[in-house]
Amino acid sequence: MTSRNLAYLSNYSIYSAMFLYTIAFFAHAVEVSFSVKTTEVSEKTSFDFSRTDRAGRIGTAMMILGFIFLFAGVILRGASAHRVPWGNMYEFSITGALAFSGAYLFALVKYKLRWLGLPVSIAVLLTLGTAVTVLYRPSAPLVPALKSTWLAIHVSAAIVSGGVFLLANTIAATYLILDRMEERGGRSEWAKKLPSLETLDQLSYRLVAFVFPLWTFAVIAGAIWAESAWGRYWGWDPKETWAFITWVAYAAYLHARVTAGWRGRKAAWLCLFAGSTFLFNYIYVNIYGTGRHTYSGL
Amino acid sequence: MRTALILLMMLGLASIPGSLFPQRNQNPMKVREFFKNNPTLAQWLDKAKIFDLYSSPWFSAIYILLFISLIGCVLPRTFEHIKAIGKKPPLTPKFLDRMEGFAELDRPVDGTLDLAEKWLKKNRFRVRREELSISAEKGYSRESGNLLFHLSLILILLAVAAGGLYGSKGETILNVGDRFINTPTSYDNISFAKFQREGDMVPFSLRVLDFKASYDVKTNAPTDYTLQVAAANPIGSKEVLKTIKVNSPLTYGNTKIYLQANGYSPVVAIRDKSGKLIFEGAVTFLPQDGNLTSIGAIKLPDMSPQIGMVASFLPTADRSPTRGAFSSFPEVLDPRLLVSVWMGDLGLDSGVPQSVYRVDTSKMKRIGLKSLKLNEIYNFGEGTLLFEGYKSWVNLQIVDDPGKMYALFGAIFAILGLLTSLFTRQRRIWIKVDGRVQIAGLAKNGVPGLDEELAALKKTLEGLEG
Ligand code: HEM
Repeated sequence: MTSRNLAYLSNYSIYSAMFLYTIAFFAHAVEVSFSVKTTEVSEKTSFDFSRTDRAGRIGTAMMILGFIFLFAGVILRGASAHRVPWGNMYEFSITGALAFSGAYLFALVKYKLRWLGLPVSIAVLLTLGTAVTVLYRPSAPLVPALKSTWLAIHVSAAIVSGGVFLLANTIAATYLILDRMEERGGRSEWAKKLPSLETLDQLSYRLVAFVFPLWTFAVIAGAIWAESAWGRYWGWDPKETWAFITWVAYAAYLHARVTAGWRGRKAAWLCLFAGSTFLFNYIYVNIYGTGRHTYSGL
Repeated sequence: MRTALILLMMLGLASIPGSLFPQRNQNPMKVREFFKNNPTLAQWLDKAKIFDLYSSPWFSAIYILLFISLIGCVLPRTFEHIKAIGKKPPLTPKFLDRMEGFAELDRPVDGTLDLAEKWLKKNRFRVRREELSISAEKGYSRESGNLLFHLSLILILLAVAAGGLYGSKGETILNVGDRFINTPTSYDNISFAKFQREGDMVPFSLRVLDFKASYDVKTNAPTDYTLQVAAANPIGSKEVLKTIKVNSPLTYGNTKIYLQANGYSPVVAIRDKSGKLIFEGAVTFLPQDGNLTSIGAIKLPDMSPQIGMVASFLPTADRSPTRGAFSSFPEVLDPRLLVSVWMGDLGLDSGVPQSVYRVDTSKMKRIGLKSLKLNEIYNFGEGTLLFEGYKSWVNLQIVDDPGKMYALFGAIFAILGLLTSLFTRQRRIWIKVDGRVQIAGLAKNGVPGLDEELAALKKTLEGLEG
């Protein structure tokens, strides 16, 4: 198959994935909004899922299918250019969306987090939507500085870390919303089936603790790559600076979690802050930055 | 720990302005531009060293304080940790029911401790058996990993500091065919760190044999740069053929030679009215865009009156009504040399250093304008200009950083330490028999998994399993 056909095929896969995520979004929306209150109120939940459980399961099925199509789209994109699919911001975004929804599926299996499906499908759709409209660039070879094994390692580690960081952010945000509700006299009906604050706090901690070493590795792999491409391993280029800030922020979060009085609300805010530094780096520095890291192709 | 954490956060916050304002060591042009656009603000910012942030005293101060604080808290913990090797777990506390996980068992007291000891050892706990109790501990390596991580951070900080105090960094532009000898005078610019001696430079030489750049025909983006050199180390020894690419520098110990940039040097021959050769050779031009439209200057101070040529080189010439002449592809397919010839005073004696790429035409008069094809001769009245050919030039960056290896080691240890510490679960379990059987546990930092473990132990002891 020619490069052109592969690139088209990649685009079709991405569009199909967007379609599937849209269905997933509606399914999860139905699940959340049409659950009814039951009479037999158990401790953990006062909701009857039996009527909407099917919607939730359809949502999950669509999330899985969407993930598969997205995965195919990313792989085909790489195949069409005969390289790893991480050469410009369009490609970073579709791979990032892939990592994010992959992290969600992982958490779904491990921690039974179906309720996250709604925010996750929204975030994935937004990311893919921006990617195909604003960021899209035709498939093309890499510039010489990007031709390195360390690029593949650095970028894949960074993207996976980003996916998990954003998932942790989604959970921390949920924490803060529910925390606020409870403070004002109790959760709204729809929120009652979400996990307890304690569980959410634990969950975002576990996710961060799980990827913090990977993010550390991503930064180090980036430094090794910079050393071989530019002759210095660290130059306080804006991208590097913000990667460092993200690292410090998550280290602070991890420390906060072991400091008395910092669990819960304060930790959730720190987690959100740390995740925002990651997003800021990705969006602002890629597009408006002046450093050597501006490969957005925009 | 709180101090260190605050310092760490401060370091993070302090590094932000450096990504928002241009930095002198990265982009001096942008700094100058900023000064021009916001003169008063720039002065204030400059007083706060915002344009040299990462080498400023206050940034270094945070960095050094963090370093001291790290040592201050990590070293004592390391000693304590080493002392604890081989030591038994601490004694069973008096009141077990105050612990996080607690259970009273429904079983006879006899044989309980034996059974528990067996189970604990199987699950790799360190066990301290007393007459009526057992205390057991697991996850010692969490602290080891943690300390390894924090100690590695110290090593990285040291390595970075070493990189700032020793080593050198310089640049040179070479045409294909040129020879370079690694001494300070051969560089276009070079800076030495505080404690670096010039005699410590690696005594190598290299000759540029060939440079090839290839480009994507659709996007004009470069796809590959390959530089071939004949290198000798030490100078005078047998030359060896080496290839340098963007991601694979030539390495001599701590010294690395990087391919940073490239461009074209048109080759010209200039004769005066009598036909005497005034100048012949390659003149380095500076690329202005992705298609290598390049500008340069040819200065002839020895002619009288003096002649200066403001020139541009187009590797693949094209024209448009709005932009005039420009280059439409970075490879040389249809080269053109555009010159405007000026006569008068080049201003070289004024003592103010001049750019070699520009001509100061303030005291000159234009006497000609011409677009030359390859091998074309242009008679500008005061003499003739022959556009003979072109050569590629490369910009090599030569860096000596002795701290680099230590930083890498530090980074590797840091990751190993992190993995060990974050994926090890540290906990204690106690069993007490005094009339009744009690078990209790404590997980450090509330790491999950304790409840499951206690439940498993309880099952075992109650004979439900094993
Ligand atoms: C002077 C400075 C520091 C001190 C005193 C300090 C102290 C500590 C302590 C006591 C722990 C153990 C928490 C536990 O018992 O599990 C810890 C964990 C940790 N520290 Fe530091 N630290 C310092 C600096 C740093 C720095 C600069 C970083 C860099 C990012 C960092 C990253 C971490 C991480 C990732 C953990 C693991 C947290 C966890 O186990 O969940 N620390 N630190």
